[in-house]
Parts: sequence; structure tokens; C-alpha cells
Amino acid sequence: MSKSPVPQSQPHRQRSLQSRLQRLESLLKKTPVHVVLVAIALLWTLPTMGLLISSVRQRDAVLQTGWWTVFQHPLDFTQYSLQNYIDVLTAEGMGQAFLNSLAISIPATVIPIAIAAYAAYAFAWMEFPGRQVLFMLVVGLLVVPLQMTLIPILRIYSVLGWSGSFLGVWLAHAGYGMPLGIYLLRNYIGALPRDLIEAAAVDGASHLNIFTRLIVPLSMPAIASFAVFQFLWVWNDLLVALVYLGGTPDVAPVTLRLANMVGSRGQDWHILTSGAFVTMMVPLLVFFALQRYFVRGILAGSVKG
Amino acid sequence: MQDSILEKMIGVIVAVLLGSGGVVALFYGANFLIGLLPQKWRSRLLPWVYLGPALAVLTAYLILPTLNTIYLSFLDARSQNFVGLDNYVYAFTNDNMLVAFRNNMLWLVLVTGVSVGLGLILAVLTDRVRYESVVKTLIFLPMAISFVGASVIWRFVYAFRPEGSEQIGLLNAIVTSLGYEPVGWLVERSLNNFALIAIMIWLQTGFCMVLLSAAVKGIPTDILEAARIDGANEVQIFWRVTIPMIRSTILVVATTTVILILKVFDIVFVMTAGNQGTEVLASRMIKEMFNFRNFGHGSAIAVILLLAVIPVMVSNIRRFRQQESIR
Repeated sequence: MSKSPVPQSQPHRQRSLQSRLQRLESLLKKTPVHVVLVAIALLWTLPTMGLLISSVRQRDAVLQTGWWTVFQHPLDFTQYSLQNYIDVLTAEGMGQAFLNSLAISIPATVIPIAIAAYAAYAFAWMEFPGRQVLFMLVVGLLVVPLQMTLIPILRIYSVLGWSGSFLGVWLAHAGYGMPLGIYLLRNYIGALPRDLIEAAAVDGASHLNIFTRLIVPLSMPAIASFAVFQFLWVWNDLLVALVYLGGTPDVAPVTLRLANMVGSRGQDWHILTSGAFVTMMVPLLVFFALQRYFVRGILAGSVKG
Repeated sequence: MQDSILEKMIGVIVAVLLGSGGVVALFYGANFLIGLLPQKWRSRLLPWVYLGPALAVLTAYLILPTLNTIYLSFLDARSQNFVGLDNYVYAFTNDNMLVAFRNNMLWLVLVTGVSVGLGLILAVLTDRVRYESVVKTLIFLPMAISFVGASVIWRFVYAFRPEGSEQIGLLNAIVTSLGYEPVGWLVERSLNNFALIAIMIWLQTGFCMVLLSAAVKGIPTDILEAARIDGANEVQIFWRVTIPMIRSTILVVATTTVILILKVFDIVFVMTAGNQGTEVLASRMIKEMFNFRNFGHGSAIAVILLLAVIPVMVSNIRRFRQQESIR
């Protein structure tokens, strides 16, 4: 009874030893791969980690010792504080800038989506003269550097009194995001099954009904990708805000506020690190929550001008 | 204080509703008006109602300004007198401009080379380990960070304290612990351009990796198996199978990176303001426009940037026409 398992387990044990050896061999073979990957991942993470840790350290500690010294007593919670964030949000005006960024980014995302979706539907499913040529124009405009447009628009804005206004920035971002929006949505909407749209038309649905009831719900993945891309583009933008909004704190978004802080408080790292993290919070949230759409949007939007 | 915050919040919400709601109302209004027209007119006009706002925005913000900038590049600083090619002569002879051109070349070669190369290596290596997604997320993460945010992160890494005082910048802490003197990374003329280029590589490698990784995963496994059976080692497979198979993706990633580099001004603007010989074309353009108020020079630089992306524009249009002829 007690002996019977032995002959059975002998080859089994051999096999498991063999497979363990094989695994060890492959592990050894792969060691350089692991070392390289871990090293690069660490190298890529350290700068951001330094910023994060410094932003929650006390002012004097940040200015006197390196951020890595917290690892000497990582559990000593008295060395951490949120005071830098309170300072940066109130005294440094980051709170106001955060609200401004929201007020700029949300309409500057919604407006181009709505306009581009209608245009994309027309390009994909309506007949009109010049359709091909106009769409080729859109494709060509994709990569135009927005530097080409700054001087003329700035001049018109100062005549209209639009510089320093949200409306001016919304429309500018709508214009700069438009080629990509039309291009992305038209490719997606154009690939929807023809039968579906023709069946709806035969049933007497108007174009507006087809668009709102059929096209928009079906195109949600593409709309979401473009929305994520456009929102992050606007949130992270410095150039458009700098040129059209100027330096007024009433309307300046977080990126502009942070860039000004680098100029005025360049050595006050407790303020700069927490300020930088305030600007990064929303994009990081979007990154982790909507990673699928984020990646798709970034990849599709990489050609934007 | 409480009131003013509440007031600002309400202001923001009103702004968001007005901006977002306005555009939706526009389409419903136009559709209603079209509905009043006779049937024959309706079907002819409707496409233009759908296209109208988009075409208006494209014309106002991209087409007309671009043409206007080309025109302005032949006028003087205040856009009053015709000066012929003077602005372009300036662009190609002025010492500061030549520095900007040299730096731009350096950016183009190094950022494109390193981030595409490293992205490719990472794409191949991450394919072989189980913690692939963690590594990829960490390297892709900087894509979410703005250029301004990234600049602050790296200014902190490069922070400089005179010798003797404790270094709070990571890089100088390493340098001094090895027994060397601290380095002014952003001031030393032989180093500062590379310090800025490193930031862009940090930001862009994740993008290259993700695109190339998708291409690497698309290579059929039986081709790789066949190569292994024929006795090819992993390095040979990388050079003789992987790279030729994903050549077109490498090309797309590289051109995308080139276009992005041409337009980046934020990093230089925040890190050094273009001082100590770190200017690039895009940052020089903003300086000409804002600091010197020279719209002629600024426009000429913008036109040079446009000329640099025209080959990509042409190839995009050509590729689109090919796709359309297949459809």
C-alpha cells in the first residue's frame, strides 16, 4: 500500500526536475532581458517619482535634502504634508487656473466633436459636388503646423477684442482639432454597413434622424477616442493659451500658470513640484481610467498639426 | 472667499454650457430652417448645412491664416512694406537662426533615432516577459504629461547647487557622489541641448514602443518558427525578419516623430527660454513674434516649418487616394 506510489512517482519526479531545470535555463537566458527592461522602466519612472515625493514633503526638507532621503525612514509620516498643495492652489493661483483649464478644455472638446461629426456624416453618406476634393483638403490640413496661423489670428483677435476670452480659445482649438476629428470620424462612420443606413432611409428616416439615432450611438468608440485625444491636447496645450490668452490670471490655464511659476519661482521646488502635479492630475486620471481610448486616440491623433 | 469660489464655479459651468450647448443648438436651428424649404432645395442644401460649420472653422482658423502668413513673410516687421526675400535671407544667415537650425537637426536626428530605436528594442523585449503591460504602462505614461509638466519634472532632475552644498537634483547627486564636481546641465553649452533632447526622448519613446509593439505582434508566428528551425538566432531574426516585416510601421513612427519635433517649442521655452544656444525653430518663431514684434521674421520661420512637413502632407494625400480607389 505504502510502496505502490513510489514507482509511479519516480518518472513524475524526474519530469518535474527536468521541467524545473528547463525553467531555470530559460530564466538564466532571459536574465539580460529582465535586467534591461527593469532598468529602463525604473529610469523612466524615477523623474516623475521624484516630483511626486517632493510635492508632499515639507518646504525646508525639499530645499535642503534630496527627495530620495525619504527612503531612510519611509514610514515616518511627520515628514509628509499637503501644505504645498494648499499654498499652490490658493496663494499661487493654481486653483483658479484649474477651473480655467476646465472651462477651456470641456467646450474646446465638445464643440469640435459636434461640428466634426456632422461634417464626417456628410462626407461619408451624402452626395454633393466636390466631396473628394474637400476631403483631400482636410487630409492635407492634418499636418499644417499651427505656427502658420498664430500671427494672422492674433491680429484679428485683437481687432475683435477676442484675445483673452474663452470664446477665442474654444474656437481656435476647435479649428486646430477639426481636420483630425473629421478624418477619424469619417473613416469610422464611412465603414458602417451601407445596408443599415439605406434601410433607415427607406423607412423614411430623415438625415437628422439617421444621424442622431443611428450614426452617433454606433460611432461612440471613435468619438470617445477623439474626445480623449482632443481633451488632453487642449488641457496640456501651452502655445495656444500663451498666444491668445496672454498672461491674465483670470483666464490662464494650469499650463500657462505653471510656466509662469517656473519664471518667477524657479528655485522654490516645493511650490513647483506640487504645482506641476496639479497640472498632471487630470491627464493621469484620464490615462488610467480610459487607457484603451487614450492609446487609440493618441495613435490616431499623432499626425495632428 | 467662499462666495468668490462659488461664483467662479458657476462662471465655469455657465461657460461650459454656453460653449457646448451653443454648437448643438446651431445644428438644430439650421435643420429646422432647412425643413421649411421645398423638397428639391432641401436635398441639395442639406449637405452644406452639415458641412458648413466645419468648413467655416477650417477656413477661418487654418486656410486663410496659412495663406496670410505666407504673404506676411514677404513683408517687413510691421507688415507695411514689401521686402522680397529679406526675411528668408535673414532666416538662413542670421547667427541665432543658424544655431536654431543646427539644434533642430540635432533634435531630429537624436530624438527620432533614439526613441524609434529604443521603442523597437522595448517592443521586441516586452513581448517575451509576463509583466509586459506593467513595463509598457510605465514607459507610455509620460505621453499623458504636458510638455510644461515634463519640463518641470526634468528641471528638478537637472537642478544645480554650487559645489559643497547638498545637491537636490538627482543627476548632480549621482555625479557628486561619484566624486566629480556638480554640472550645470542647462547652462553648459556642450551639454544643454542634449539635456533638452533627453526630455523629448523620455516623452516620445512610449509612443514609438506602443505602435511598434503592435506591429511586432502582427508578425505571423510560423515565419518566426521557420527562421528558428533554419537555425537563425534571435539577433539574426531581429535584423533579417522583424525589421523588414515592420518597415512601413517604422517609417510611419519616424515621420510622426519628426513632425512632432518640428513643432515643439514648450520644452525650450520653459527650460532655458532659448538662452545659452538652445534655441530651436519653433521657439525662435515665438520669440520673433512676441519679444521682437517682428512679424516678417516670425512668418518666414513658420513657412519654413510648413515647407518641412509638405512631403508628409503629399504622401498622406497620396495614400488616402490609393485607399479610396480600393474602396
